[in-house]
Order: sequence, then C-alpha cells, then structure tokens
Amino acid sequence: MQPKELELIARQVRLRDLQAVYEAGAGHIGGEMSVIDLLTALYFRTLRVWPDQPKHPDRDRFVLSKGHTACALYVVLAKRGFFPEEEVATFLKPHSRLNGHPNCNKVPGVETNTGPLGHGLPVAVGMAKAAKLSGASYHTYVITGDGEMQEGSNWEAIMAAAQFGLDNLTLIIDHNRFQQGAALSDTNNIAPLRPKLEAFGWDVSEINGNAMAEVVPALEHRGSKPHCIVAHTNKGHGISFMQDTVDWHHKVPNKQQYEIAVKELSEAL
Amino acid sequence: MNAPVLSPKLYDCRDAFAETLERLASENDTVVAVCNDSVGSSKLGNFKTKFPERLINVGIAEQNMVGVGAGLANGGRLPFVCGAAPFLTGRALEQIKADISYSNANVKLVGISSGMAYGELGPTHHSIEDFAWMRVLPNLPVIAPCDRIETAAAVEWAAHYAGPCFLRLSRVGVPDLLPEGHQYVLGKANMLRDGADVTLIANGTLTHRMMKAADILGGLGISARVLNMATVRPIDEEAIITAAKETGAIVTAEEHSVFGGLGSAVAEVVVDHAPVPMKRLGVPGIFAPTGSAEFLLDEFGMSPAAIAEAAQALIRRK
Repeated sequence: MQPKELELIARQVRLRDLQAVYEAGAGHIGGEMSVIDLLTALYFRTLRVWPDQPKHPDRDRFVLSKGHTACALYVVLAKRGFFPEEEVATFLKPHSRLNGHPNCNKVPGVETNTGPLGHGLPVAVGMAKAAKLSGASYHTYVITGDGEMQEGSNWEAIMAAAQFGLDNLTLIIDHNRFQQGAALSDTNNIAPLRPKLEAFGWDVSEINGNAMAEVVPALEHRGSKPHCIVAHTNKGHGISFMQDTVDWHHKVPNKQQYEIAVKELSEAL
Repeated sequence: MNAPVLSPKLYDCRDAFAETLERLASENDTVVAVCNDSVGSSKLGNFKTKFPERLINVGIAEQNMVGVGAGLANGGRLPFVCGAAPFLTGRALEQIKADISYSNANVKLVGISSGMAYGELGPTHHSIEDFAWMRVLPNLPVIAPCDRIETAAAVEWAAHYAGPCFLRLSRVGVPDLLPEGHQYVLGKANMLRDGADVTLIANGTLTHRMMKAADILGGLGISARVLNMATVRPIDEEAIITAAKETGAIVTAEEHSVFGGLGSAVAEVVVDHAPVPMKRLGVPGIFAPTGSAEFLLDEFGMSPAAIAEAAQALIRRK
C-alpha cells in the first residue's frame, strides 16, 4: 500500500478513534492522534502478520509500549481484520475485552500486556533475541512515548539491544513533546534523543512521524545495529484545537468540540 | 508413616537446580537461562560452558531481565530467569506483575539465595517478602522446595508446565528429606511424618527443622504430623483442612516475614474452613540483625527446640 492510501486509512482511524473516545467518555486522545500514522503504516504496509492466525510463529512482532493509547491500536487491529470492527464500540464498556490498556490474552494481535510505562521495550528486546536464537526471520517493532523514555528500564533495554546486536529490532519513539501534565521540556527534558541513542550504539533516523512518505521508508530501514526512529509528531494531530497542547492528554471532547473534530477529520477524507 | 532418619549430609539446592537445568537444556534446545550478572551465584557456570549462546546475561538490570524473559517466551523460547531473590522479586516486581503474571508469559522465575541466605550481608540482601509479593499475583505458582530432590523435581515440573511460576531456592545446606525419584505435584503437600496431636507445616530450609522438632516432640510423647508445603500458591487446602480436623493445632515456620507468607496462606485456609489454634513462626516484621541464616532462624525462634516448645504451648490452647 502506497503512502497516499495509508494517509486515507489513517484519517479513517482518527475519526473512529475520536468517536470511540467520545462515546466511552474516556481515553487518551492526544497521544492516539500522534501515533495513528505510525500504527497505520505498520499494520497496513510494514508488518508481516496474518489476522486469522494471530499467533503465527513467523509473524512480525509489534508492541505498543505506550499502552494508554490502546484505543488507536484497537481501531487499527479491527480494521486490519484481527477482530470485528463493530467491537470497537464496546471500548471500556463492562466486560469488554477492549480495556483501557491492551490485553494479550484477550485481544487478538496484542503481544504483551502494557500499561505501566517502560515495559514494552525490554519485552521487545526479548522477542528480537529469541529470533536470533531460533533463526526466525520476524522483525520486532515497539513504539514508546517520549515521556516514557524517562523510565530507566528503557535504557537497560537499549544497552542490552546493542550488546546483543539486535539488528532485527526497531524502536519508534512517538516524540510529541508532551507528557500527561506538562511539556517534556518542562518536566525531564530528555530531548534531543538522537545523540543519546547513538551513544548507546543504535542507528537513529529522525522523521516527521505524521508524514506517511517519511514513516514508510523509515520503518523499512535495515542496518547492522538496532534501529531507533525518533518520530517527531504532534499530540492531537489532525484536530486543530487539540494539536500541540498539554490539555488533551486524556481529556474527552464535549459535544460541540466533538462535532468540530468530526467535521475537520471528515473534510480531510 | 515412619519418620525418616535425616541424613547428616547437607546439600546446596542450587546444584540440583543447575544440574537439572543443564539436562533439560540438552534435551530441549528452546531452554535458555537469563541472568543479571549472577552467573556464579545462580550456578550457571557449567550451563554457560555447555550452551554459551543460550546463557543470556543482561547485566545488572533486573527490570530488563524480566521483560526480556517475557519476550523470549513470546518468541518460542523456554526461559529460566535467574537472579538473587531480593532483586528479582523486589526490583522487578512490576515487570513480574505486568509482563509475566498478567500476560501469562511462559517464564520460569528462579529466585536464588532467598530468605536470609545472604545472612550477614544484611536486610537489603534478605528476601523475606517474596512469598507475600509473589503469591498475590494470579497465574503464578509459588514454590519453595525443601531439599535437592524436590528442587530437581520442581525444576523438571516447571519446564513442562505451560505457564509462569516462581521457584524460591536457597543456598543454605539442607539434608535429603524426600525419596529419590520423588515427583513434584503442583499444589500437593507431602506428609513426611504422620501425627495426631499437632501439625507442623513448612517448606524450603525450614522443613528439616520441623522434622527435628517432631523428633523432640516424639520424645515427649507428643505425636506431630509434618507437612512439607513447597507450593505456597495454589496451596493444598485439603491437606491443611485435614490436618486441622485431625490434629487440632497447626504450627507454621518459614524463612520469611510472618506477614503474608506461608503461615498467612495456611491461616487463610484454616480461618475459612477449619478454625483451630495456630502459631506462625517467621521473621517478626523487623529487619534482621547481623548473623548467618542459621543463626537468624534460631534467633527468631525456629531452632528445632524452640519450634517444639511453640508446639507444646499451642497444644495447651486446644
């Protein structure tokens, strides 16, 4: 699938995500809007997966370490055929398998349970190391938030990935510059990320993570080291009043805001 | 059941763990060992020599170690994640909860030198909270073998069990208690000695002390049952209820805090199903003073003589 087609799908995903969060009355819409282009490119182009065989041993592995943006993952997984699209309407409802953070024992396509930050990358290192041991050809991808990179466990995993020579691992940092309560730069400013990852022995690419034409080739990069994509994104991307403000980490739009957002995203379709 | 005569020879259960793991690895090429620089203290030196590619040392990084274990399991490997129990369970508790227990990842967690095995190194290196931390987590059997035979059996069992577990091992020498060829069964206690007046329940390094206490009690005309309760979760409710009903009093002893460990787990069953007087022996909710594990167990009232005295006092309350 070409970038233009992927952009169209990403807009549809944004619209469905917005609706799900609005109807559920909860969610993490800002970080979902920033990460949706990355998720769309992964599931509709990059990842070798078989939705009817979600545990196929040769599948590429994907871990959404920023598990609080689960709704976006659910919309993408459903659209890709892992489970019925109608089920997205159950997001956060009692006994729905679509919890606020993804559950690998309930939701087809989810590889490991995430939610507490700093967990996905170590698990992804284990997945990539397993492929090195078994000779499997799958590639492992993991998306973290930029604020999440403040968790020390990530840096333990970054060191291990370089030590193990995991050229079959891609870390994508959704660098939207905001965390829950403030800007990254006002909290614990770990930017710039590139020199830190390079110093730890990784290849690093920097891209506009909301531009498909840059996302696609970056995901397909292969080298001799573990690869980090610093994806510069906008929190709330695609919805004018949400974009690049700290307010929309987990705020839910009211009816008027919802209608404006639907109009903006629909016009883009 | 006749009381077995305890062998004078003491064994470090880590050797049985390492030998069993090496055999399993030779039979199954998916078996891998993951450690946090603890190659020596986990007795993984031979494993490393025999299977260098399958010894995954993440360095001093317990959180990453547990996460890597979960990822290896996802990729079809059979990981035994080994580290000193206080750091494995304490430092990586959230990883154990989210990546292993909640994700139900097929990872075998092996806590080495648990309890107060590090004795004089002090409370930072004691692991007397791990039963409490581990046994509240779903999907995670918690197992503390009492001798080298049960250790080997539990490691063998773990390799064939489709799910995570926590094996709690010590480095403190213990005599043989179970017969050669013993097979570990999840959630089943072993009655090492039958008795009618009181039941002594323990695991790990305390089971042999319970056997010696039962000998002392026998000399006083008191018939003590001894249950080796390696599995703290799922606990053998049937054996506990039967013991409560048939002997009317239960003493537990553990190399762990009296809060939240084996004694608490036994008490939960007793309270719900068959209330009888109980005495829970263990570390009394304090950080231990300086001393070896054996010294500290004695200090906290778990010498065979002190256990026997506690049992006599309990029987008087029946």
